[in-house]
Amino acid sequence: MKFSKEFRDPELGKRLLERIHRRSRRPARLMEFCGGHTVAIFRHGLRQLLPDNIKMLSGPGCPVCVTAAADLDKAIALAGTPGVIVASFGDMIRVPGSRSSLAAAKAEGADVRIVYSAQDALAIARDNPGRKVVFIGIGFETTAPTIAASVLQAEAEGLKNYYVLSLHKVCPPIMRAILDLGEVKLDGIVCPGHVSAVIGSRPYEFLASDYGIAGAVAGFEPLDILLAVDMLVEQIESEKPEITIAYRRSVRPEGNPAAIKLMDQVFETADASWRGIGRVAGSGLSLRPEYEKYDAENNFNIEPGPAVEPAGCICGAILRGVSTPPECKLFRRVCTPQNPVGPCMVSSEGSCATYYQYGDDRGV
Amino acid sequence: MEDKILLAHGSGGKLSQDLIKSFLPDLANPILEKLDDAAVFEVSGRLAFTTDSYTVNPIFFPGGDIGKLAVCGTVNDLAMSGARPLYLSLAFIIEEGLPVADLKKVLASIKKAAAEAGVKIVTGDTKVVDQGSADKLFINTAGVGAVPEGVNISASNARPGDKIILSGTIGDHGIAVLSRREGLTFRTPVPSDCAPLGKLVADMLKVSANIHALRDPTRGGLATTLNDFAEQSGVGIIIEEDKVPVAPAVAAAGELLGLDPLYIANEGKLAAAVTASDADKILAAMKRNKYGGNAVIIGEVIAEHPGRVVMRTAMGASRIVDVPVGELLPRIC
Repeated sequence: MKFSKEFRDPELGKRLLERIHRRSRRPARLMEFCGGHTVAIFRHGLRQLLPDNIKMLSGPGCPVCVTAAADLDKAIALAGTPGVIVASFGDMIRVPGSRSSLAAAKAEGADVRIVYSAQDALAIARDNPGRKVVFIGIGFETTAPTIAASVLQAEAEGLKNYYVLSLHKVCPPIMRAILDLGEVKLDGIVCPGHVSAVIGSRPYEFLASDYGIAGAVAGFEPLDILLAVDMLVEQIESEKPEITIAYRRSVRPEGNPAAIKLMDQVFETADASWRGIGRVAGSGLSLRPEYEKYDAENNFNIEPGPAVEPAGCICGAILRGVSTPPECKLFRRVCTPQNPVGPCMVSSEGSCATYYQYGDDRGV
Repeated sequence: MEDKILLAHGSGGKLSQDLIKSFLPDLANPILEKLDDAAVFEVSGRLAFTTDSYTVNPIFFPGGDIGKLAVCGTVNDLAMSGARPLYLSLAFIIEEGLPVADLKKVLASIKKAAAEAGVKIVTGDTKVVDQGSADKLFINTAGVGAVPEGVNISASNARPGDKIILSGTIGDHGIAVLSRREGLTFRTPVPSDCAPLGKLVADMLKVSANIHALRDPTRGGLATTLNDFAEQSGVGIIIEEDKVPVAPAVAAAGELLGLDPLYIANEGKLAAAVTASDADKILAAMKRNKYGGNAVIIGEVIAEHPGRVVMRTAMGASRIVDVPVGELLPRIC
């Protein structure tokens, strides 16, 4: 964190931008995978500083946004189960499911608690031995190791009332799925920063080898992102795609072995449903059979009913990079952060909330 | 005396009286000591009148507590109209079981803050509610102040050409409270900036009659205050990102928590729109006050894009600074 000032130095930023302008000749479509990157790009106004031939698209890297309505419905059904306390990250509770939201369930009397980490959920389980505490596990490889640690700790403490509804997603398979869909033509991907701090840069090598797409792992400060764009431009102009790291202070090619080990110990890869994309093989994490007693899927009889997507909402197309929020008929008119229709307007890292907040469509 | 507050302390009986009498030495002044149903005092001219309730969790945080906050918050609301703060009311809603020692600590800090702000607490009330019906301690204060002749300050009075002055770093209070709540520790701890600003405003008014708009950016932060100016005055505002002071620890914590300091609460800062030709002398007067040492001109009021605040980012781009969108932030004031 002590670095944040250095990575906002306007002089270095100008120099990087000059180099990007000098070297970038071909039209380049770059996708920033992460919602955190989308926010940083808008907050620092980076899009308007890049050459016109570089187009930045926002990807599916907002964990709340990609949670399928059917999965959210399960969380809401759990909240309505007598004797259950649902613990969730705050972003999740206002997301509309098919018929309700966790916030609406809470208003009707369900015990839904906002937590900042799985450790907070464990504490609730400890304090309420007579109740069952279900933690809604969302997020990519960044949060999964911390939730794995909570399961191991519950086991070590002999807690019998702690469960995880694992809706975790993993990044590389969804990148492949988006490329295989062929709806968006990409020349480069700004790869996730925090996820890569865990898994490293190697899992993205298929981007270059199988698809001929440039890749650079970026941090979240303006210079991190500009450096990644500069690396992508270099790869695109020289026609030598590879995966480089513009976030060396946090990311190594091999990742964080301890975190990977923790994640692998508790979770195994599983198919997962993505909003707007559907079921993608091997793109999620479920608890291994050894830990099934902590798995909410196995221990509760959840029947949420058929899932329904909100009418007119194009969050799915936005998550695939096919559409942008201002192209949605509901954006700003019906769908606002106060009255969100789709998940991308709820999460602070959602594309719609970011466009709404930072006003790319309103001009300056 | 009991060591915890009981329901009986709010019953109106002997315990209530003992409790109230135990407050008096801390708050002593002739108007309060009469213990009549209403405070009676003389005032003349235009008055400013305001009220606010304080529900911060935790009630003690680095750099302050709910008592200091309850005095400073109301004093500052008065000061932002250009008024000289005079009298406050003080009402407690106490959750049964609150340690009496905690209440004493809060009272001591109310006494200190009121003395510094030059206000008297002239009337009050105490209620005790069942456990779970309140969270430890809620405080309401209302205040009256005298508005000097010729002073006409309002968020609707900003004019194109005005300079925007900010009295210091932003985000300190919100981060101080959040860090205590979430158990986050930083190498450089962030104390709340909670402070009474009546004297700072008086110092500004001494050197210029051309202060058009004043507001203390509490909940919603500087972004909300500037949007209030822009919307209520029907003007545009442009600010420079690299001029807005943010303490390094607040910037770091903001990154960690995903919060933009522009939206984080302050309790001892003000933003002002002032006539450009007076800006330098107002700034100099602010810098001489201990609560304005880091005062700086961060931008200006323009006629273009009325109702909208735009920031030139340090990287050289521009972006709209909107009011915060419905975030799930815990109680910070």
